[in-house]
Amino acid sequence: MKPPPFGYSRPESVVEALSTLASLGPDGKVLAGGQSLLPILSMRLAAPHHLVDINRLAELDYVRSDASTVRVGALARHARVLADAGARAAQPLLAQALRLVAHATIRNRGTTLGSIVHADPSGEMTAVLALLDGSVRVAGASNERQVPAGEFFRGPLESAVQAGELAVEASFPALAPRAGTAFVEVSRRHGDYAVCGVAALVEIDVDRAVVVARTAYLSVSPIPLVLDLCETAGDFAAAAALARERLDPEPDIHASADYRRHLAGVLTERALRGAHAAAVERSAHV
Amino acid sequence: MSEEERFDVRLIVNGAAHDVQVPARRLLSDCIRHDLRLTGTHVGCEHGVCGACTVLVDGVAMRSCLMLTVSADGTEITTVEGLTEPDGTLSPVQQAFEDCHGLQCGFCTPGFLTTITAGLRTNPDPSEDEARELIGGNLCRCTGYQNIVRSVLRAAELQSARDRATLAPAEGAGVAQSEGRA
Repeated sequence: MKPPPFGYSRPESVVEALSTLASLGPDGKVLAGGQSLLPILSMRLAAPHHLVDINRLAELDYVRSDASTVRVGALARHARVLADAGARAAQPLLAQALRLVAHATIRNRGTTLGSIVHADPSGEMTAVLALLDGSVRVAGASNERQVPAGEFFRGPLESAVQAGELAVEASFPALAPRAGTAFVEVSRRHGDYAVCGVAALVEIDVDRAVVVARTAYLSVSPIPLVLDLCETAGDFAAAAALARERLDPEPDIHASADYRRHLAGVLTERALRGAHAAAVERSAHV
Repeated sequence: MSEEERFDVRLIVNGAAHDVQVPARRLLSDCIRHDLRLTGTHVGCEHGVCGACTVLVDGVAMRSCLMLTVSADGTEITTVEGLTEPDGTLSPVQQAFEDCHGLQCGFCTPGFLTTITAGLRTNPDPSEDEARELIGGNLCRCTGYQNIVRSVLRAAELQSARDRATLAPAEGAGVAQSEGRA
């Protein structure tokens, strides 16, 4: 349970980090909070040649919120994002999901953007980015690009970040005035990986008709799956049935495919009801 | 095999500066135990699940098995050895574990003590539910947790009594010194 040997750099600026990563190419691997990377190294599931430690890049340790977006820098730890009042007000789903990310001690070190780049299908923040249709700013030594969530997740533990690149910022759209969110999951023990989890976004119009009903799922597909369930027009039991039809979960040692599908249906309804109640509550203050 | 490169790292552990030369892959938990010989920090699962290795890094509870020593360069670390008062008095959390029988074999205890010490700084008066949430990331195979939950609540009582005792008698009002993170 010890990591294999690797080279190590600890750049003091983003510019230095990008030039280091560019020169390393496929041999380089970014170390941020390390709460997923360190276990992988210790269990020797991966053996990168060289780690580039970004823990000194204070310029990436920020959470900035305005009326339209919450921006989270690459070094913002989960605990900081969770505690950020501005982020919570602009997009409540962030805090709703973050309190379910591992345990408080892990959240003290792990970074929100790091867990998104890690692209674990059971990660809460990947589902949040996907549901909200957020994006990730990815920097290379000579260029930068904004990658939408729909193109960011390529497969289990595989993101669009290429060799030599650094994900510098995640953007989460703020919540619309008549919208609400909810995040529910079932895990064997609180803080464990979820057997299934659902994030929901519901938006209503001035007549309280449901105009948006979307859900995102963890642990039921190789990449975060987003379903548009608006056609069920506020009938959340029907939405749950539709979700069960559209999902095709894999069995594993924690749950059979049938149980996961059943769970996804139950949690779909629960999350949509929660998000709808929040939307109604919020629209009362518009 | 070529010799592994070593890095100079300075850690302030329980108030004392330590300069070590370690390979990049040295886990902070191993540095604390093997290089610094502070064996109070225990290593259980070594992949972040059990919480036994939890230490305070700049006052914040973190898994020392999920940190590289090189990443911790320049930080102030508190291990279980650093919780006791300078005169040897047990800290409120340690005393509470003794009072409430919060341990049996004691293997997991260092991680609980550090986690709870940091937790009570941010929430000095936790409810029972909050106490359970606070220790949710630490595993104990002996106690069944009930006495640890009691220990958290008892530690909060002891801490507030101790804070009152240190603040009250002196010149009365003035600047409270309880804000700072030791």
